[in-house]
Amino acid sequence: MSEPRRATPVEDLNLVKLSKIYGGLAAVDDLTLTIPGGSFFALLGPSGCGKTTTLRMVAGLENPTSGQMFVGAQEITDLKAYKRPVNTVFQSYALFPHLDIFENVAFGLRRRGVKDVTGPVERMLDLVELTSMARRKPGQLSGGQQQRVAVARALINEPDVLLLDEPLGALDLKLRRQMQIELKRIQVEVGTTFVHVTHDQEEAMTMADTIAVMNQGRIEQLGAPTQIYENPATAFVANFLGQCNLVPGQITGGDGDNAVLSANGFNFSVPRSRIHAAGSSAILGVRPEKITMYWADEPLPAGHNRLEGTVTDVSFTGVSTQYLVKVPWGQELVVFEQNLSLEELSRRGEHVQIGWAPGHTFALDGAEDITAGMGSHVVGA
Amino acid sequence: MTIAAAVGPARRRARIAYLLLLPGIAWLAIFFIIPLISLFFTSLQVSTGSSGKYKAGFNWRNYVEALSEYWEFFLRALIYAGFATVLALVIAYPLAYFIALKAGRWRALMLVLVVAPFFASFLLRTYAWKTILADDAVITQTLNALHLLPDGRILNTSIAVIAGLTYNFLPFMILPLYAALDKIDPRLIEAGSDLYASPFTTFRKVTWPLSMPGVVAGTLLTFIPAAGDYINAELLGSTKDKMIGNAIQTNFIEFRDYPMASALSFILMASILIIVTVYIRRAGTEELV
Repeated sequence: MSEPRRATPVEDLNLVKLSKIYGGLAAVDDLTLTIPGGSFFALLGPSGCGKTTTLRMVAGLENPTSGQMFVGAQEITDLKAYKRPVNTVFQSYALFPHLDIFENVAFGLRRRGVKDVTGPVERMLDLVELTSMARRKPGQLSGGQQQRVAVARALINEPDVLLLDEPLGALDLKLRRQMQIELKRIQVEVGTTFVHVTHDQEEAMTMADTIAVMNQGRIEQLGAPTQIYENPATAFVANFLGQCNLVPGQITGGDGDNAVLSANGFNFSVPRSRIHAAGSSAILGVRPEKITMYWADEPLPAGHNRLEGTVTDVSFTGVSTQYLVKVPWGQELVVFEQNLSLEELSRRGEHVQIGWAPGHTFALDGAEDITAGMGSHVVGA
Repeated sequence: MTIAAAVGPARRRARIAYLLLLPGIAWLAIFFIIPLISLFFTSLQVSTGSSGKYKAGFNWRNYVEALSEYWEFFLRALIYAGFATVLALVIAYPLAYFIALKAGRWRALMLVLVVAPFFASFLLRTYAWKTILADDAVITQTLNALHLLPDGRILNTSIAVIAGLTYNFLPFMILPLYAALDKIDPRLIEAGSDLYASPFTTFRKVTWPLSMPGVVAGTLLTFIPAAGDYINAELLGSTKDKMIGNAIQTNFIEFRDYPMASALSFILMASILIIVTVYIRRAGTEELV
């Protein structure tokens, strides 16, 4: 048996011109955002980007400097935390150590004067598969189990919005993968809006329907994981979500759907729909796994962007091999090749061709800093 | 390698642990257990007729006399200590809460101020209260002007004794409370408000139960020494406010009735032990660990 989907429709969460200023610095800067009811929404960004501050303002644990927040038509900006239709799964779980698992989960219901909590608590413990742990204390549970209690304790209140603050940060890699799938299953099952704050791009892409990439208190880009990964609008997003090759150049013309971007004397075609540059100055972008390596004398598919170069580094990672290819203007481009070939890998010093489909190319505004978001990865932290 | 050789180092380590315990055990044996046994036998000694001279025996009547003659002193000691403990808790809790959770960068300074009175002697500080509570001092004059004092004075009343006890043992209440409150993860308080508990309910359901170890430790550290104290009653109280500590002191020093003083000491120890045991059982702090 499992918790049925909630009967009442889930409301949207609206943030309007929300700002939080600490000592003259804007942690959250004029943020306007609509999070559709029932979605799994991720706020992704490096530490200090304002994502946790945003979450805490929605929870009512922090007061915004200016701006408004709404759940559906109800304004919650000045509502006390304990009166908001919002619940939080804290980073360190914050389970009450003096209460057993049952009482932890029942806490919210008891505070709202629910008479019979046994049924709902048992259903909730069933949902997170912890029925046998009901009378244990939090200290007797493993990290993964505590995490599930924290989710159950929040969800039992049927909030309009469930806020998750780096909920998997304290778990080891394997357990984290497991919990990602588990959380996604629970979200689909209960249908509540989940707002998930994380710095782990892979976690965000695995779980969320929509990702908002945050940087310095602002949203850099918002969209479905595939959309923002495949067609990033800023250098920060391109670099923060996985790896990316970026080459500054100029848009010089084009025909039909494709524009021509020339960089260092070479011409590349870019679909017009994937150009985010305001003027003619632009940065060519292509992700390493979109690039294919060819032998020096091999013919490329017609219309593909093509370059010649020399392999300067080969690292075998199991699933794929990462190459660094030095192209004529001296830059080293990163290329991921799946290990499908039965032939030997290319060797360092070998002369090769690289090519990719125009549809995998994108162009950023020329004024962008091509190193933005590069140092911000916190892998597995 | 033989098994004996493998066991060797472990055994040696165990022996070192016992050796390290030795000074502590020796200290307790010489200065606590042996005097306690001697005190017990003294409490059963028989009078020889001449003052200050007693001989060994098993005179249990000493206990009956102690209780019948001094039961009021016992009662007063327990009541005064009880009042002082409750008062100290009421004063110390908000203070400790503030230092632990709100003081920020003033925390270290405030803790120093809590401990600062220890730099002056206990006796001296109690004498100072004689001046503070004197009939012609500001406090007494003000309260009298407002007609708030039934006896017209504070010094030489039970109020003065309780006030002195509260003041003298307050740091023993604040420090354990501070330690307990400081350990509470502020996220737990946030979790309370996130889960529909008002600030007051969060305090009642989260902060207070989590601070229980500090409350128990603080009340014990205040109550036990306060119940046995005699300086506050001696300096601040009238002859009608004397506590059991005064009775023990008078019997030992003035009357040289050592069996009576020893019996009183043993009864005091036993009654505190019983009260503390019942209290700890009731508070149920073992559940918090």
